[in-house]
Amino acid sequence: MLEPQILWPALLNGLTMGAIYALIALGLTLVYGVLHIINFAHGSLLMLGLYAVFFLFKFWKVDPYVALLALVPGMFALGYALQRLVIGRGSHGKDENILLVTLGLSIIIENLALHFFGSETRQIETAYSSAMVNIAGASLTVPRVAASAGALTCCAILWLIMARTDLGRAIRAIAKERQGARLVGIDVEHIFAMSFGIGLACLGAAACFLLPAFYVSPQVGHTFVLVAFTVVVLGGMGSFVGSLVGGFAVGVVESFGGLMLGESLGQIGVFVIFIAVLLFRPSGLFGHKV
Amino acid sequence: MSALLDVRDLRAGYGPVEVLRGVSLAVGAGEIVALLGSNGAGKSTLNNNVSGIFRPTAGSIHFDGEDITGTASAAIVERGLIHVPEGRRVFPNLNVRENLELGSYRRARARRSANLERVVATFPRLAERFAQKAGTLSGGEQQMLAIGRALMAEPRLLILDEPSLGLSPLLVEEMFNLIGRLNRDGLAILLVEQNVAQSLEIAGRAFVLENGAIAHQGAAADLVDDPGVKRAYLGI
Repeated sequence: MLEPQILWPALLNGLTMGAIYALIALGLTLVYGVLHIINFAHGSLLMLGLYAVFFLFKFWKVDPYVALLALVPGMFALGYALQRLVIGRGSHGKDENILLVTLGLSIIIENLALHFFGSETRQIETAYSSAMVNIAGASLTVPRVAASAGALTCCAILWLIMARTDLGRAIRAIAKERQGARLVGIDVEHIFAMSFGIGLACLGAAACFLLPAFYVSPQVGHTFVLVAFTVVVLGGMGSFVGSLVGGFAVGVVESFGGLMLGESLGQIGVFVIFIAVLLFRPSGLFGHKV
Repeated sequence: MSALLDVRDLRAGYGPVEVLRGVSLAVGAGEIVALLGSNGAGKSTLNNNVSGIFRPTAGSIHFDGEDITGTASAAIVERGLIHVPEGRRVFPNLNVRENLELGSYRRARARRSANLERVVATFPRLAERFAQKAGTLSGGEQQMLAIGRALMAEPRLLILDEPSLGLSPLLVEEMFNLIGRLNRDGLAILLVEQNVAQSLEIAGRAFVLENGAIAHQGAAADLVDDPGVKRAYLGI
């Protein structure tokens, strides 16, 4: 069971999935880092993105990768508007209110999806859905490999934005020093909304990368949001590098867990990590003491 | 006279607590005006209302002839009214260079690199610390960074709120020299200080705030000799 020809594909599987986890977690950690809130609607919004990709494909035959062009700006705009018009206003400046607003949003979104789209699980069938590629003896599906490459590219773009642009500097600045930010002329509410928009744009991209290799149902968000929380906790809340490392670690643990314990129990390892991190290193691998 | 900054009958506070009870003061172009007063007199409240962090409840603020009462801070920065707050408020998680760059986030962005060179020439110490996180700087260095960040926006009026607070006597001396130098280059400065003697030395005019209202005002040279000011602030 522990021969290399089994472990190697499992490792690759874990790493490819980990890249997607990292991208989803980055959206979550970015919003946390700036707004100091946990976006409970993160999973439901990913689900919304997945449905968007699904229907674009079903009705207009838009290839999921082409759908990136619509999903990334679309989700960004949705995020910007949500923060500006709903979350920011509904919270009245109180963090615990934001928490409840996002939780409420997730419940509304999920039940609307259930009402309009039904509860069945849906998939799309593309020409390349079951195409395989061989990497040093391990067979992986093409969508899997494309998804991880795409996710990593998005992470890199996000890093460039955060490190090299005024927008990124402003986002990092308001994370720690809001009044100082106002005094250099940063429109704090605008940057909040930009951060939320970027967090959702990550989800839009993740949805496009995921769907060819995955499925969508109104509850699909739960699968990812729990994993994303684990990634963020493991890596350290608000840490960029932490999300990447955490994403890969969780992907690999899940993959090996599935190998040893069977597909349905694969996630046990993930939650063991989650609890262990909370017990022994609550600030995460790359987090700062809170 | 048409002053650069003209504050009239300003009333402001926090919720039901009124801190400023009708404050009027003016800063002319190229002038250093000192705003003095003890803790809790309302100096910082005044600054925060002028720079748009808070909205006043009554009265008016004009900058360069334009009404900026209740305007958002971003728009005020854009006009060139730059406030270096008490406690510096630098971005601790960003390095020194990034802090300075953000100084020109709203204003003078096109001349960022030229201004960066100018600020570094004024504060050579900051250049040595360029890659260091601002949170790891000493108090004096953070104060220089906060002023440097403000200079990046090419201010027309600089509000300096307690720039000498927490600095060693040597650095305080250096700070006042710097303020004088900036002013000689034509920059108008509203200097808020508890360091009364030195402020009156450097300023042209001064206002003394007591319990949310202006208690004394006039030429700095006259205020030094004012018995009330002497007794309350100079300890003589």
